[in-house]
Amino acid sequence: MSDGEISRRKLLLGGAMVGAAVVTGAAVHDGELGMPSQTIKGALPWREGAADAPPIATGTDYRFFTAAEQAFIEPAIERLIPPDDTGPSAMQSNVHVFLDRQLAGPYGRGDHFFLGGPWPKGTPEQGYQSRFSPAQLYRAAIPAVESYAKSQHDGKSFRELAAPDQDAVLKALESGEAKLEAADGKGFFAMLLQNTLEGYFSDPIYGGNKDMAAWKMIGFPGAHYDYREWVGRHGERVPYPPVSIQGRPGWSES
Amino acid sequence: MATQLPPVDAVMVGFGWTGAILGQQLCDAGLNVVALERGVWRDTPTDFATTFAQDELRYMWRHHLFQNVAYDTLTIRNNVNQDALPMRRLGSFLLGTGVGGAGVHWNAQIWRFLESDLKAYSHNLKRYGKAAVSAYDMTVQDYPVSWDEIEPYYDAFDKLCGTSGKAGNLSGKIQEGGNRFEGPRSAEYPNPPMAMPYGPTLFAKAAIEKGYQAFPHPSGNVSRPYTNPLGAQLGQCTYCGFCEKFGCGNYSKATAQTTILPYLLMKPNFTLRTESEVLKVETTADGKRATGVTYVNSAGEEFFQPAEIVVLSAYVLQNVRLMLLSKIGKPYDPKSGAGLVGKNYAYQTMGSVNVFFEEKIMNPFIGAGALATVVDEFNGDNFDHSGLGFIGGGYIAQMHTGGRPIEMIYTPPGTPAWGADWKKAAARNYLRAVNLSCHGSVMAHRGNYLDLDPTYRDSFGRPMLRMTFDFTDNELKMSRHLVDKAAEIGLAMEGVSTVKKNYRTGSWSVLPYQTTHNTGGTIMGDNPTNSVVNKYSQSWDVPNLFVTGAGAFPQNAGYNPTGTVAALTYLAADGIKSQYLKKAGPLVVA
Repeated sequence: MSDGEISRRKLLLGGAMVGAAVVTGAAVHDGELGMPSQTIKGALPWREGAADAPPIATGTDYRFFTAAEQAFIEPAIERLIPPDDTGPSAMQSNVHVFLDRQLAGPYGRGDHFFLGGPWPKGTPEQGYQSRFSPAQLYRAAIPAVESYAKSQHDGKSFRELAAPDQDAVLKALESGEAKLEAADGKGFFAMLLQNTLEGYFSDPIYGGNKDMAAWKMIGFPGAHYDYREWVGRHGERVPYPPVSIQGRPGWSES
Repeated sequence: MATQLPPVDAVMVGFGWTGAILGQQLCDAGLNVVALERGVWRDTPTDFATTFAQDELRYMWRHHLFQNVAYDTLTIRNNVNQDALPMRRLGSFLLGTGVGGAGVHWNAQIWRFLESDLKAYSHNLKRYGKAAVSAYDMTVQDYPVSWDEIEPYYDAFDKLCGTSGKAGNLSGKIQEGGNRFEGPRSAEYPNPPMAMPYGPTLFAKAAIEKGYQAFPHPSGNVSRPYTNPLGAQLGQCTYCGFCEKFGCGNYSKATAQTTILPYLLMKPNFTLRTESEVLKVETTADGKRATGVTYVNSAGEEFFQPAEIVVLSAYVLQNVRLMLLSKIGKPYDPKSGAGLVGKNYAYQTMGSVNVFFEEKIMNPFIGAGALATVVDEFNGDNFDHSGLGFIGGGYIAQMHTGGRPIEMIYTPPGTPAWGADWKKAAARNYLRAVNLSCHGSVMAHRGNYLDLDPTYRDSFGRPMLRMTFDFTDNELKMSRHLVDKAAEIGLAMEGVSTVKKNYRTGSWSVLPYQTTHNTGGTIMGDNPTNSVVNKYSQSWDVPNLFVTGAGAFPQNAGYNPTGTVAALTYLAADGIKSQYLKKAGPLVVA
């Protein structure tokens, strides 16, 4: 391993640890081409302080969504996972923050997508066939959904609609019945629903799943590491409160 | 102009499971070996430490350990009448990359094929007649390897991994608690079975009441601390539920990293170069001998690595593509049926049954990649197929791989995908549902194959691989049969409220995730007219070229492939060591 590589890893991880790396996507991204080639011989390479730790999202402000986009995203995800006695809603879980950080980062830019052409329309079996990265798809689809909503509901924007009308718009996207001008509405809905579930149930380090309330709702203990004593305790509830990769509130007390 | 490097005895292209196994075997035989891996170096403490390994978003949904399709993907279509389009995002299968390959993020389900699987053509022909093995344009053929030949190598892999399980057939004697359908084993598993959570326990009970056997899934997540024959140590699995799609931070899952690399990388005659993408296998002018490989490092510098032996030890899809790009062998043509490289691409037919309980708490998050109890009555030819209209089969298992909530919340039939009713059902059923996996075979069919795409190119400007694949009625009928049988067992589980059958229907689709068990394309056989390689994974056309991996499978069985992939690699190593090194040339004369 060359010294050049060590210093690069340290530099990148240093960035990730202070949290500044989230939006710029500077976290170490293994599996990518572009790191220096290594020749490994006669030893197992290992370096102190080089762990490929995940990037941590910070803040709850908007960095990706414009005001007009916020006006759609907030009510839309609140219909996908609404507030009620069962558990937190998408907004209560900061799913909007999660979406914002994801779209501002590597995922939004199409990391781990192949976006090269040509781009003919495919069969449903061929899956995602857009030339848009996720961020581009959100950017293109949201105004198109707003136009569709206005055309169906007396010129009202999505936010102004009553909940059943909002649901009708979302269902028309889901089924493909709503034909949008500049984007694949069905594909956009599938991505929005998937990303919303990700924000609701992923580790809180990514900005959503506030207070791990969604994990508490279903009974998932989170990033817990050892269940050996519970494997054979059939039918008993595991009493551990959820834990994040960053720990949990109780850990800092005592 | 490529820089010429000093020649070596063997160069390996790709450094996952088969590269590590063959590297260890050849280095122990004294050969000077270089492995070229296009991905990065990866190890447990750095890349998947327990402090951050349990991260569903990063690894499963953001593909952190998977092949990045931005640089290299393939094109896909269901049949020759369609235009193939790029797989723009991984879905149905999750390709690996980097040191350890897909073996880093596997579940460690370690199976042996049935004796009848190895003779899929002649066995089914004899029992069911010609129509059974030629319907649906089937191009099924036998493996050129007998059970007795392959068994010692299955055993070697079990000992390498510390496989945890219970034998069902020890040297011909049926054993209580194991799989009585398996071929005779020379030895018991190195470690006892994993401890079973509630779901697999209730499933086994229901299966036994229905008159089936039920046995613990053979597991490469080890049930107790284990030191393998190379001196590598594995720790007891903690059932954290993050195996499949994740790296194991606990040294509990058998991978190249945990079982071979600590030994192999210390050998003075072994060299690993990472971020080194092989562009082509070079051959002599007559095409009868490989002279080495040309590769590019991440700085864009090109090298020629001369070698006496060249091994394609990358993933199936990459091996096939390198054969085609290097113009070795004749590409398969589905219209004429001529040519062999790319022929008999196969996959896995996955169905499932979700089982919902009235009140019982199943704790799905207590998981491990191979934590399950299994019913094998409907696999291979373990049952009479007369009148069923298909051959092949699969196992049914109550898999407890984990309860990762973005992927693994099951809701009862009729539940919407979002909204208040979805949330209520998710909250209610997360702890009270389990999944029965129906893991079925795919036979070889004339229209399923791999070749080079005429339109799309990778980041090096080389044609992408093109996959043409669909399920036929043979697979869909087989899978339906498995799902129906699984649902019967599910409904007999104590405390059940309802089940949801998830049949495999329609054409193969890039979504959802099914399994990363791609097979065929460099198939093995008993002579050069029916296969690309012989039983030692040696190319018929270029005898100093070996091609390892599941590409060798003439068709896929109803089991996970890695056990057989590893066994065939050990067989190849033995062929090279015991015969080829004494007299270089074809190891099988046909």
